[in-house]
Parts: sequence; C-alpha cells; structure tokens
Amino acid sequence: MTMTIANSLDDVLSGLANGARPIAGGTDLVVGSRQGKGALPDHLIAIDRVHELATIDVGDAGTRIGSGVTHATLMTNPTVVDSFTAIADAAALVGSPATRNVGTIGGNVMNGSPAMDTGAPLVVLNARAELRTLESTRLVHLDELWVGPGRTSAQKNELCTALVIPQQPESSGSAYVRLEYRRTMEIAIVGAAAAITLDDGIIRSAHVALTAVAPTILTVEGLAPLIGKPVDETTLATVAELASEQAAPISDLRASERYRRQMIGVMASRAVDAAARRAGGETLSVPVNRALGVGAQS
Amino acid sequence: MSNTTGPSAVTLNVNGVPYPIVINTDRTLSTVIRNEIGLTGTKEGCDDCECGACMVLLDGRPINSCSYLAAQAQGREITTVEGLASQDDLSPLQRNILAAGGVQCGFCTPGMLMSATALLNENPSPTKEEVRIGLSGNLCRCTGYARILDSVIQTSVEIN
Repeated sequence: MTMTIANSLDDVLSGLANGARPIAGGTDLVVGSRQGKGALPDHLIAIDRVHELATIDVGDAGTRIGSGVTHATLMTNPTVVDSFTAIADAAALVGSPATRNVGTIGGNVMNGSPAMDTGAPLVVLNARAELRTLESTRLVHLDELWVGPGRTSAQKNELCTALVIPQQPESSGSAYVRLEYRRTMEIAIVGAAAAITLDDGIIRSAHVALTAVAPTILTVEGLAPLIGKPVDETTLATVAELASEQAAPISDLRASERYRRQMIGVMASRAVDAAARRAGGETLSVPVNRALGVGAQS
Repeated sequence: MSNTTGPSAVTLNVNGVPYPIVINTDRTLSTVIRNEIGLTGTKEGCDDCECGACMVLLDGRPINSCSYLAAQAQGREITTVEGLASQDDLSPLQRNILAAGGVQCGFCTPGMLMSATALLNENPSPTKEEVRIGLSGNLCRCTGYARILDSVIQTSVEIN
C-alpha cells in the first residue's frame, strides 16, 4: 500500500490516471474499511493539501464550491450561509466537530450514500458536479452522477473537483431538515431539503429532495400545484403527501419502512416551511434543525 | 509530491518534536502515536470515530486519530494531551477539570481536553451551548458532563 501526498491538482489527476484512489478526510474511507465495506485501496493519493480544491468562488456561471471544502467551512462561509443555506444546515449536522474539520463536500457527494446530508440540498439548488481528468472536464447533474447506494457514474480516473451551483433568483430561500435520534455522530433517519422562490408571498418555484428514503437522493415530482399558492397548511400538506407517496424507503436497524414513509412527509413540509420563511427574509439560524427545535433535543 | 511505499519512512511532528518512524501506510494515527511514538495519553475507545477518546489536534483542529491515516499526517503539526502541560505546570484547562471533579475514570479526559483546548483557542468566550457543540464528539460515561462543561466555562472566564 502507498500514500502519495499531492500538492497540486495535476499531481492528483496523474495519480488517478495511474490507478490511485483519492483520500481527503478519510472519514468514510478509513472507517468503512474497518467496518468491512471494502479494503483500503492499494494506492492512495491525499488531496487535502491541494489549495485549488478548497476554495469557494462566486462567478458568472454560478458559485463553485471546491470538492475539498470541509463541512466546518461550509457551515460558516458567508456565501454558503447566505445564498445556499440548506447546504450550511446539512454541513452543520454532519458527525462532530472532528468529522466536520476533515470531512469534505466532495467526499460526501462521491461516497454516494443515500443518507448523505449535503446531497438533497445540492439537488434542490440544481448543483452539478465538476469531474476532471488530465484531459477533460465535464459537468454532471447529480441525478446522473448517483446510480445506486455507494455508486456513481464517475470513471475511476475522474476526480470530483467542485460542485457548481447556479445563482438563485431574488426572494429565494433553502433549508435542510433531518430526523435524528441524537444530535451528534448521527446519520439521517430521513431528511428533506427544499428551495423556494417567492413572489410577494406566493410560491414562484419549489424544489424538494429527500434523503435516506431511496437508493439515491430522491427528487420530489409533481410540485406544480404549489406554484401560485401561498405557503400555508394546504400547500404544506400537499408537499407531505407527495413526499410520503414517492418515498421508497427500506427497513433497517435505524427505522422501519413505515416510520420512514410517515416521517419523510413531516420533514419535507418542515423544509418547505423553513425555506419559504428564509425566502421571505426571516433569519433562521444554521442548522435549522436547532432553530426550529426539529430533531433530537439536548 | 512525496510518494511512500509501505512500510515506509515518515516523520511525524508531535508536540513540536519530529519523530522519524517506519510504518505501513494503513496504520492509523492513534496506533502510531501510542505504539511507535510511545505517547499513550491518546486513547482508543470505540476505534470507530464515535467516542472521541482518540482526539488529537492536527494543525490546531481536533480530529479522530483512530480514523486518520498516520502517513497522511506528514508535514502537519500534531498535538496530543502530552503537549498541553508546560514542564510541571498543567494548562489552566487541565487544572480546572481536576478542580471541578470533571475526571472520574479518566479515559475520556485526554480527548475532552483536546476538543476543549481547540474550542477555547478558536473562541475564548464560548457560550454553554457552544461548549456543548465543541465537546459533542466526546463521550463520557462517568461524569454526566456537567463538571466538564463547568471547567471549560471556568477556564474561559480565567483567560479573558
């Protein structure tokens, strides 16, 4: 087994071309290897010192969040907190301070867990993953990237270098709400993200995505009836119903299929409510779970 | 770019001292700190990134050393609980956790100290909630946490 510490993106891409696998914080890879999810790769290339992967840049094409940006940065970065709040909500719920210090958004996305916390926020914000090799760069929609639990459509020699998020319209807000049994080192029982744009209190656009209720992050379809309506009990009930109907959860040691299906509706309607309140100019602190008293209490 | 083939020679900087060692690449930082470098203050509890007994600082920020590959820590500054005291003087936090009765069996204490030290370095005046969040990756099965929290707050009062 070898470990190469990369100092530049070219180092990483050359390493991948030669069969090495990337490691950032190792919070999934190292723990997973010990839990029998698969041996550590023979050749690792550490990507955590590559500066160009760890930046957040606002440009004409949208905001580019480097894949090496840690959860600790995501939950406090002003651009993320102000414009893509659901991502900050999610990052603030990941693991513990120690996990958030080294765990990265690229690792979360490319690990491909259906329970990943940053996944649903990225989907509702219409993010794309930037995948690079030595020769090529492509942008992939996340629903084409995730093909199953722990599986992506990325080639072995491709590195996720960034998540690219389009600028959101005026009067937009987003939120991520997670059902949890405890506040730390928790994995989503279920979770929901929403991005809402309002026009004078009326819903102009609505996107909702669900965590841990399908083999991959699930986009809720059929939200058109919400457009032109206010955010009230009726619209929130519609969201809850659609989310519960479309969810395809499993039963495992964390929750039964039936409980997950019930709760995903509750989480989805809370996410829409919180996103709409933010879109309307209300400040709800990050993570919104704590601000609203959702999830486990201390 | 450095390429190491295991077992390979690496140098780890722990508490300001460079330790040249030969290790396999799959070794975790906690096993290397304890078994190769011989600093046994860092504990292995769950060995699964859950309990925080293995907490060390990497360039000043807490990480779970049980789940971090030692070879990846080359060129970084590692701080363990042995690095908190100066000569015979305990750090203010160490004194306060003892005085408050925040130590019973003591197994979680090194990890608690590392998380709390990093918190106070970054935020010298944390609220009680901020201390709770700062220590949220550290489990204690003896004290019920209250006295540990008190000792962190007491230290923040003293250093301000």
